[in-house]
Amino acid sequence: MALPAHVEPLERAWFYTYRFICGLILFFLIAPILIIIPLSFNAGFYLSFSKEMLSLDPAGFSIQWYQDFYNDQKWIDGVKNSFFIAIFAAVISTTLGTIAALGLSRPEMPYRKLIMALLISPMIVPLIVSALGMYFFLVKIGLASTYTGIIVSHAVLGTPFVVITVTATLSGFDQSLIRAGLNLGATPSKVFFKIIMPLILPGVISGALFAFITSFDEVVVINFVGTTVQQTIPQVMFRGLRENISPTILAVATILVGISVALLVTMELLRRRSERLRGMSPT
Amino acid sequence: MENTTAPATLVTADGTPLKASLQRALRQRRRQAFMLVLPLLVFIFVLFIMPIATMLTRSVDNPEVNSILPRTVIALQSWDETTGELPSEEVFKTIAAEFVAGSQPGKKVINKVGKRLNYELPGMSSLFRTSTRKIRRMKTGPYREKMINIKIVGKRWADVATWRLLKREGDPVTASYFLSAMDMRVDSKGEIKSKPVDNQIYKFLFVRTFLMSIGITFMTILLGYPIAYLLATLPMRHAALLMILVLLPFWTSLLVRTSAWMVLLGNEGVINDLLVWAGFLGDKSRLALINNRTGTFVAMTHILLPFMILPLYSVMKTIPPSYMRAARSMGATQLRAHIKVYFPLTLTGIGAGTLLVFILAIGYYITPELVGGQSGVFISNQIAGKFDSGNWGLASALGAILFVFVLLLYAVYDKIIGIDKMKLG
Repeated sequence: MALPAHVEPLERAWFYTYRFICGLILFFLIAPILIIIPLSFNAGFYLSFSKEMLSLDPAGFSIQWYQDFYNDQKWIDGVKNSFFIAIFAAVISTTLGTIAALGLSRPEMPYRKLIMALLISPMIVPLIVSALGMYFFLVKIGLASTYTGIIVSHAVLGTPFVVITVTATLSGFDQSLIRAGLNLGATPSKVFFKIIMPLILPGVISGALFAFITSFDEVVVINFVGTTVQQTIPQVMFRGLRENISPTILAVATILVGISVALLVTMELLRRRSERLRGMSPT
Repeated sequence: MENTTAPATLVTADGTPLKASLQRALRQRRRQAFMLVLPLLVFIFVLFIMPIATMLTRSVDNPEVNSILPRTVIALQSWDETTGELPSEEVFKTIAAEFVAGSQPGKKVINKVGKRLNYELPGMSSLFRTSTRKIRRMKTGPYREKMINIKIVGKRWADVATWRLLKREGDPVTASYFLSAMDMRVDSKGEIKSKPVDNQIYKFLFVRTFLMSIGITFMTILLGYPIAYLLATLPMRHAALLMILVLLPFWTSLLVRTSAWMVLLGNEGVINDLLVWAGFLGDKSRLALINNRTGTFVAMTHILLPFMILPLYSVMKTIPPSYMRAARSMGATQLRAHIKVYFPLTLTGIGAGTLLVFILAIGYYITPELVGGQSGVFISNQIAGKFDSGNWGLASALGAILFVFVLLLYAVYDKIIGIDKMKLG
């Protein structure tokens, strides 16, 4: 969208105004996330920039809030719980979701649209509604306040993402490759691991990452179905934010931003790999 | 010679008609495909559909009076509530016996009835608590006279409205939670009436949730459209860089983004500090940007913006740039070409983004809870509040209304865009 040399002044002015507006919107998107990073290194108990910080005086900065995080048992427990729950939930979501996506993308799948709508619904139903229902139900079957109960409910919330990403990857998948494999004498499991899996792996991994982050970020359902024993990082944050926002929360937030960046980079690499692989396939 | 007559239909090697054989193969393939989906389907059915169904039943479930005062419920059936006369001594005697039975040490369930009826008629909880103590001391009748004469609260036993309520709520299924959720109630004459406007909480909250979600969705279109257009028209290399600015917020924890806005918008926050420092504001006249509607509006617009940009971008990517060039070369101005050619082609993207953002917005809980204060909370927050205070029936009824509403929007999404077209990132 470069500007040709011959355009009229009015159009030229609009072009730069438009760029400027876009700049402002992008600033609105990214600035709030970036602003917490310097603030988390605040030396005082402020949630705004102190004079020392603005003049870049080293005395204005410290890592005390990170130490505070590291020395607080409730945060450390939160980290353990978060990873434990999210990893198991993501494994369940990814396994069930990938297998289902394989079925859904076959052309002869019956009631495809209806089933798809049902499987994606956990992503659409408001979390508070899911949380209420899951609480009542898990109490009934005796799984409330257990890790199992939390993991399966998070797995439910993660499956739509896996189904969507894997079916998207499979849409460019040449189904005749499966027949070719079977024709040449491979067993169905060999076909799955040697032909299907390598091709859809980028989609599966990005689905798994979505499922992981869904569970890792989730506060509403776990607030209903869990107890303080299973408290995760977002829950500690949520309870902290409700009372009083402290710089420790900003330190944790900064760490979480770091995790998001790592995930984003992984996703981007996967996307590129997937595009390369698809470029090679005959479709 | 056998097989002198040529077969009317083609057959396979084993003699079955080709058509039947093909059909069997197709059935088998359909079954195979379905078997792959089955595990997840069962998983979702058990752990998602059944929980939702449990919540829906909770919203009409009314076990308290029926299970704790069963004989009273039966005795009240023969009482005609339209005459305005109190039930007979027999009914009083029955309920007194059930008060005693329901207040045995260790099995004190009678107060549950009081708590339940208190949702419908304030004062019932204390009536039940006080009456329990007095009735346990009554050895003989007449119960009607003695119960009416209980100090302070006893006159409520002489009120026909109390008995009407008992009779009505003796039904194991009730509509009263849904009536409350719609700010209606059954008055003392048994008619369904709207509550006085001043007491209407939920209708007001639903309307606010709805209107603010529309506002937020509109804002995301306004901010998202230019960015999606920029991303779709820039050369790939630059676009990929700018895309990171959109995707990073998308991948960042909801709580991180909400706390960022708390830091920015707070009274002592970055924005206010900046405005004071720059001299636009006096130190005393800091802006109230948080714990009100503004807070919810700004933070949610920011959080939901990527959900608008991404679908818009994926539609804009598919529009060939030659369309615009053709329009320009035929004499349209940039603006006219955009409105007449480009914009109509992006409508599916706008539709997808709008519905997605709106569906997500009306169910929001965390962000309004933290930055919304009193005036910026949504219906979800009220549902959580009712749950915490123990009124699970009302929480479920409010949840059910929200659920049905979202389901309708989901159906619209499916109709217009198609659920299988949903994409992420």
